[in-house]
Amino acid sequence: MVGLLIGCAILALFPLFSVFLYVCQQGLPGLHVNFFTSLPKPVGEVGGGMANAVLGSLILITLASLIGIPVGIATGVYLSEYGKTKLSMILRFCTELLAGVPSIIIGIFAYSLFVIPMGRFSSYAGGAALAVIMIPTVARTTEELLKLVPVHIREAGLALGISRWKVTLIIVLRGSLSGIMTGVMLGLARVTGETAPLLFTALGSQYWPRSLDQPIASLPVQIYTYAISPFEEWHQQAWTGALVLVLFVFILNLTTRMILKRHAPAKD
Amino acid sequence: MSGTRDIVITQTILDAKNINAWFGSVHAIRDISLPVEKNTVTAMIGPSGCGKSTFLRCLNRLHEEVAGARVEGQVLLSGEDIYGPGTDPVAIRRKIGMVFQKPNPFPSMSIFNNVAVGLRLAGMGNKALLAETVEKSLKQAALWNEVKDKLKAPGTSLSGGQQQRLCVARALAVNPPVLLMDEPTSALDPISTAKIEELLIELKKEVTVVIVTHNMQQAARISDRTAFFLLGELIEYDDTSRLFTNPRDKRTEDYITGRFG
Ligand SMILES: Nc1ncnc2c1ncn2[C@@H]1O[C@H](COP(=O)(O)OP(=O)(O)OP(=O)(O)O)[C@@H](O)[C@H]1O
Ligand SMILES: [Mg+2]
Repeated sequence: MVGLLIGCAILALFPLFSVFLYVCQQGLPGLHVNFFTSLPKPVGEVGGGMANAVLGSLILITLASLIGIPVGIATGVYLSEYGKTKLSMILRFCTELLAGVPSIIIGIFAYSLFVIPMGRFSSYAGGAALAVIMIPTVARTTEELLKLVPVHIREAGLALGISRWKVTLIIVLRGSLSGIMTGVMLGLARVTGETAPLLFTALGSQYWPRSLDQPIASLPVQIYTYAISPFEEWHQQAWTGALVLVLFVFILNLTTRMILKRHAPAKD
Repeated sequence: MSGTRDIVITQTILDAKNINAWFGSVHAIRDISLPVEKNTVTAMIGPSGCGKSTFLRCLNRLHEEVAGARVEGQVLLSGEDIYGPGTDPVAIRRKIGMVFQKPNPFPSMSIFNNVAVGLRLAGMGNKALLAETVEKSLKQAALWNEVKDKLKAPGTSLSGGQQQRLCVARALAVNPPVLLMDEPTSALDPISTAKIEELLIELKKEVTVVIVTHNMQQAARISDRTAFFLLGELIEYDDTSRLFTNPRDKRTEDYITGRFG
């Protein structure tokens, strides 16, 4: 019986390791400093990298965080602290629904909300789409963690003559910050690999990012474009891009876990 | 209630008048009036579930924070009704501190910050003064010597008894004229309990203390007045020595002699 369980566990891990190994094997040959420092070269020329896509992804993630983290945390706080009102019931339901909406739909939504009115693809639209995808994860984690803070801790704050919202902000939220960071990081990790919503919003670009209201390159979209191209060198670049993406998400996850271990919430 | 008839109270600091309190439809406190004299320790005793905690929480407007809970009546703090129209419960709670049954230091906050946070939020920006007040409060709570070398350690890293004294220091830091304590020593060992009791006797020079306790020896040791509660009513309120030696009500006598409760 135990043998069977171990067998299943290995089976479950098999895809993870084989994907990782395969991506490494295919991607490592193309992993030079160049990849992070130079722009893509035209077909036929050797060398070149995806520096613009790496930078573009960082910009898009930053934009998404700037919108998604505050909105997500605020939503989570509202749901946990004022969770019994009608508004919050609706809000919670919508958040759950949002978490289940396929990302391509969110891309189309951002397209009609930003791209059409602005008349062009842009980082803003891409960042907004990614933010929307992030919000449910952040909101959910925040709500769950704040609910874990016992009533008697809140009452201690109230009894000290601290107003309710300051208790929430300074005592409850601050005390759960490391946990909420995990939600944020997991949200970021999820969003980093999103491709579909970016196709409609940030589009992609062969150049350095110039301005936030212009189309911008991103790793997932670049990988996609290169992978479906007929050129051998581009396939190599796509594999290396995939490796970089996977490593980035891995590191994000690992750091999160390390932070979480270091600041394990106090048990009572 | 006949009990308060011949207590001589010279200066009332906290005066509860006809307090009724509900949890939803449960009528937990029934028309209790209880004047508390300045610079005394007043003990509240009674069997479990008789409403001691609820009444205590009516005295700093904490009861109303429970969903569905309601209070009626007046509590005069130095003559002013804390339930008066336009009165800010936050401001009231700054003047009426509270220590809970279970030690509850703020998680992921250092020992220093646990004591300082109330002051900071009340607007004390001066760092030297802040440090001085924290030290003074920790000394008052008889904790200073044990923590002076690790003020940056998390409050939750202390032992239960130390945490409770930290909570006392936290409450004292904002310098409230009245301190409410809900069974503050019930989770503590005899040594920590003795420390808190000494502290209370010392404290009453500056602060008026209202304390809930299940321990009648404790009530007898530290309090000047004792109130006996039963089923949401105040049965008897008298000088401690008299209530324990010569109770007027049969139910009080039964309770203190251990015949029920
Ligand atoms: N949150 C609540 N919701 C509903 N009823 C409550 C709540 N808290 C207390 N009660 C009820 O109110 C009454 C008084 O409770 P209270 O906690 O004040 O008793 P107590 O005298 O402090 O008891 P103990 O000595 O066990 O602490 C009890 O009958 C209890 O069942
Ligand atoms: Mg109680």
